[in-house]
Amino acid sequence: MRDFEYSRAETLSGAAGQIGEGASVVAGGTNLLDLMKIQVMSPARLVDISRIGELQGISDDGEGLRIGALATNSELAADGRIRSGWPLLSRAILAGASAQIRNKATTGGNLLQRTRCPYFYDTAMACNKRSPGEGCAAQEGVGRMLAIFGTSEHCLAAHPSDMAVALTALRAEVEIRSKEGETRRLPVTELYRLPGDRPDLETVLAPGEIITAVRLPAPMAETRQVYSKVRDRASYAFALVSVAAVVQMDGDRIGSASLAFGGVAPRPWTDPEVDQALVGAAPGDEAFGNAADVLVAQAQCHPDTEFKKPLLRRTLIAALREATGLAETATGASTARIPA
Amino acid sequence: MPIAQAHATFKQESHMRTRFTVNGEAREVEHDTRTTLLDALRDQLGLTGTKKGCDHGQCGACTVLLNGKRVNSCLCLAAMHEGDEVTTIEGLGSPEALNALQKAFVAKDGYQCGFCTPGQIVSATAMLEELRAGDPSFASASLEGEMPLDDAEIAERMSGNLCRCSAYPLIREAIAMAAEVKS
Repeated sequence: MRDFEYSRAETLSGAAGQIGEGASVVAGGTNLLDLMKIQVMSPARLVDISRIGELQGISDDGEGLRIGALATNSELAADGRIRSGWPLLSRAILAGASAQIRNKATTGGNLLQRTRCPYFYDTAMACNKRSPGEGCAAQEGVGRMLAIFGTSEHCLAAHPSDMAVALTALRAEVEIRSKEGETRRLPVTELYRLPGDRPDLETVLAPGEIITAVRLPAPMAETRQVYSKVRDRASYAFALVSVAAVVQMDGDRIGSASLAFGGVAPRPWTDPEVDQALVGAAPGDEAFGNAADVLVAQAQCHPDTEFKKPLLRRTLIAALREATGLAETATGASTARIPA
Repeated sequence: MPIAQAHATFKQESHMRTRFTVNGEAREVEHDTRTTLLDALRDQLGLTGTKKGCDHGQCGACTVLLNGKRVNSCLCLAAMHEGDEVTTIEGLGSPEALNALQKAFVAKDGYQCGFCTPGQIVSATAMLEELRAGDPSFASASLEGEMPLDDAEIAERMSGNLCRCSAYPLIREAIAMAAEVKS
């Protein structure tokens, strides 16, 4: 690890004063410290925000929940309100990492975690995300975990979060505070930039801006929520593909569907045409297959990720069977029902 | 009591002093900003029961309780834990007075080489508390109600602790045995 200066911020305005050129904010540290040890990241200063009271806690603001940026993954997954009203979020968080990591990893840090692309981690390989302009070793490399949507000739890295995929399907917003103290809100998907020719610029956060909270809108009555994740090990592994589905029935037809996909893109992936293809359809493999075809048609695969097209297609169909009540949970149980 | 007194010399380019409680005792360490909690425990306080396995949060050998919650001490900076309460394997029992989990690991032969065992036991200590609190896991059929302590739940809840000898079946049996003793 390279040497750095350490400072602790007690308040948000205090933190704003300490965040400058070459500084990184640290909270849970589970991703940042790992990357600092291998010198993929070498900030000159760490600003410790982990004690800032304003960033802690989960509160009900009448329109949903406000989740402080420092709320840990464990706190979120176990919160009684989230388990009953937004079970998708609990399920997605519990599908990721280990108990030890979830006890430290924070909500803001989870959103801002870096890709696990092996070429990003290997400082002997070219990576435009780590060293802009250096090239992308993944293009001609080996890459089972690479993205298939939203990539560019400069970067094939996938965003690794499960939590962010659930938040996207739940139409959550990120609350951001500028250095000057102004607050703005963005849908989770709009937090992220696609790589284009600057894969190193991953979010729309301006210098000095920090995530202060995530806001979950009030749950719709009688939605079924499913998080379906496929990975190489039964536990403690990143998604090859994952599907977050929030489905509301209208009689025996699908009234609305909000889908998001993980392990397949530089950000939680969404496709409004897929959601739209399901509205008004009778639940069944014909409608689900059509929606999956719309989604997969947009995929651009590296030779090693061709398998993700049929895998994503089948995972989506299975998730929709569960979300419309056609099948009981295949994965153990990722479905839950919101009380009306 | 520490089983060894280590006094490794940390680089001290960015020198700091941090106080926290370890196994109920107030301790103070002088260290570099880069020093992890794991290295402070092992190299400065001589508490070598906590093991340095991967040093990247993947193996769980360095698991300690931080304010009662299990964490990877290799992914904690000592500097960030001023005033915190840390419990290591040395704080859970002693060779003369093993606790229920330690006895169960011996009874069930829940190890081979033993390197991962302190992390397994510290992790299982917290895991049983999480179960008692009703926290769900990925393996839980329902997010509500009482959580069962079956083999699938133990396996899922312990997935942050690797055992390269693959003593997993006996580790799970030991944890199940200790849970029964406690309840």
